[in-house]
Amino acid sequence: MEYLRNVTSLSLDPSLCNGCGMCAVVCPHGVLFLSRGKCVIRNRDACMECGACAVNCPPGAMKVNPGVGCAAARLHSMVGLKGVCNCDCTSPCESSMEAPPSG
Amino acid sequence: MSNGQCCRTSSSAGSSAAVIRVSAGLTVADRIGAFRVRWGIGRMRYRVEPGLYALGSPDADSEVLVTANYKLSFDTLRSALNGGDYWILVLDTNAVNVWCAAGKGTFGTAELVRRIETVGLTGFVNHRRVIVPQLGAPGVAAHLVREQCGFKVVYGPVKASDIPPFLKAGRRADPSMRKKTFTLGERLAVVPIELVAAPKFLAPVVLLIGAIGGLTGSGDFLENAVKSGLTALFAVLAALLAGAVLTPALLPILPGRSFSAKSLLPGIALGVAVVILRAGARDGWRFLAESAGLMMIVASLGAFLAMNFTGASTYTSPSGVKKEMKLGLPLQAGAAVVGLALWIASQSTG
Repeated sequence: MEYLRNVTSLSLDPSLCNGCGMCAVVCPHGVLFLSRGKCVIRNRDACMECGACAVNCPPGAMKVNPGVGCAAARLHSMVGLKGVCNCDCTSPCESSMEAPPSG
Repeated sequence: MSNGQCCRTSSSAGSSAAVIRVSAGLTVADRIGAFRVRWGIGRMRYRVEPGLYALGSPDADSEVLVTANYKLSFDTLRSALNGGDYWILVLDTNAVNVWCAAGKGTFGTAELVRRIETVGLTGFVNHRRVIVPQLGAPGVAAHLVREQCGFKVVYGPVKASDIPPFLKAGRRADPSMRKKTFTLGERLAVVPIELVAAPKFLAPVVLLIGAIGGLTGSGDFLENAVKSGLTALFAVLAALLAGAVLTPALLPILPGRSFSAKSLLPGIALGVAVVILRAGARDGWRFLAESAGLMMIVASLGAFLAMNFTGASTYTSPSGVKKEMKLGLPLQAGAAVVGLALWIASQSTG
C-alpha cells in the first residue's frame, strides 16, 4: 500500500554514498536499493519518513525529516495537548515529529 | 504489572545473578493481558523489567536478541523463539513497543549502549554481536553502537516469527522479511483501540444534537431531545463503523490514497443506511433536508475517524498526513456544519 504521492522529504546525495547498503537493509517499505555500488531511491512514494535510513547512513548521504504519520498526534499538538495520544505514546508525539530521533 | 508475576520468571541461582530466566511459552494470563492492552486497558503499565534474560540455556556463543520493555513486544519475541537457547536484552523504552520507541529515540543508540554495559554483556558472550529488530533502526545507528561499545548491530527481520529462518540462513533476511506489511489481521488488531478512543468526542456530538433537537422541536423538550439524540446516536455509530472499522478493514481495495477519501464509500453507504432507518419520519423538503444532513454528518465524521487511523497504519508519512489534514479537515468541518444546519432546518415545524 502507498500513501500520498510526491510528499516525502527523502533525499539522497549520491556523491556522499559509500555503498554500504545499510539504508536498503533498514527500509521497511523497499524504497531503497543498491545499484552498481551506490544507493538509489526506487519507490519514492512508498517512503513513510521513519528515518531509519538516515540514522543508519554513516556518511550522511541520506536525509529525511523523520516523524510519525499520525493525524491524531498533529491534532493534539494543534490544540495544545501533548502526550495524550491514542497509542503507546508516553512522550509527546509532536516532539518526535520535529526533531530527529536522538542517538 | 512487572514481570515476575506474569511470565513465570525467576532469578537464576548461581553464577549469573543479573540474568532473569524466562520461558518461551505464553500462559493464559499472558494472552488475557495481550487482549486487554489491545482494548486500551492498563496499556501503559504493561511492562517488563529492562535487563538481560536467558531463554532456554544460552551459552557464550548464543545469539543476543534485543527488544523493548513493552510486555507485548517481549512476549511476541520469546514465543517466536520457542525451543531455542537465546539471550534477550530488554531495553527501557517506558513500556512502548520497538517501532514507536525507535521513532522517539528511547529505543535508541544511547539506551542500547548503556544496557549492553550495565548488564555486562561481554561477560556472557564471546562474540560481539546483537540482533536488533529492523523496526528499531529509526532509533539505532548501527555504526555508532559499534564505535561506542564494540558490538556489531545485525538488523533482524521485521517480524519476530521470521527470526528462526533468519538465523538458520546465517543471519540473512530475504526481501520479504524486510518489509512491514499491513494485512487484514494486522489492521483489525488495531481497530479496538480506535473504538475505545472514539466515544470521548462522539458522545458530546450526540448530546449536542439531542439538545438542539429538544430546543427546536415542536413538542416537549425531553421527548424531542431523546428522539433527536437517538437519531444522532445512529448517525455517530454509522460514522464509527464506516471510519474506524470498515475503512481499516477494506483499506487496500477502497478507492483513493488519503484515508479520508477511502472512507467516502463506506461513509456514504452507512449514511444511506441511517436515512433508510429514518424513512417515513418526515416528508417533502424536510425529508430531503434531513437525509442530506444525516448523510453529510455521517460521511464527515467517518472521514475524520478514518483520518485518525493514519496513526495506527504502518505506511503513512508525516508529510502525507500534513497534506491530507490541510485539505481534509476544512472539508470535514464544512460538511459537518452544513449537515447539521440542514438537519436542524428539517426539524422545524411549519
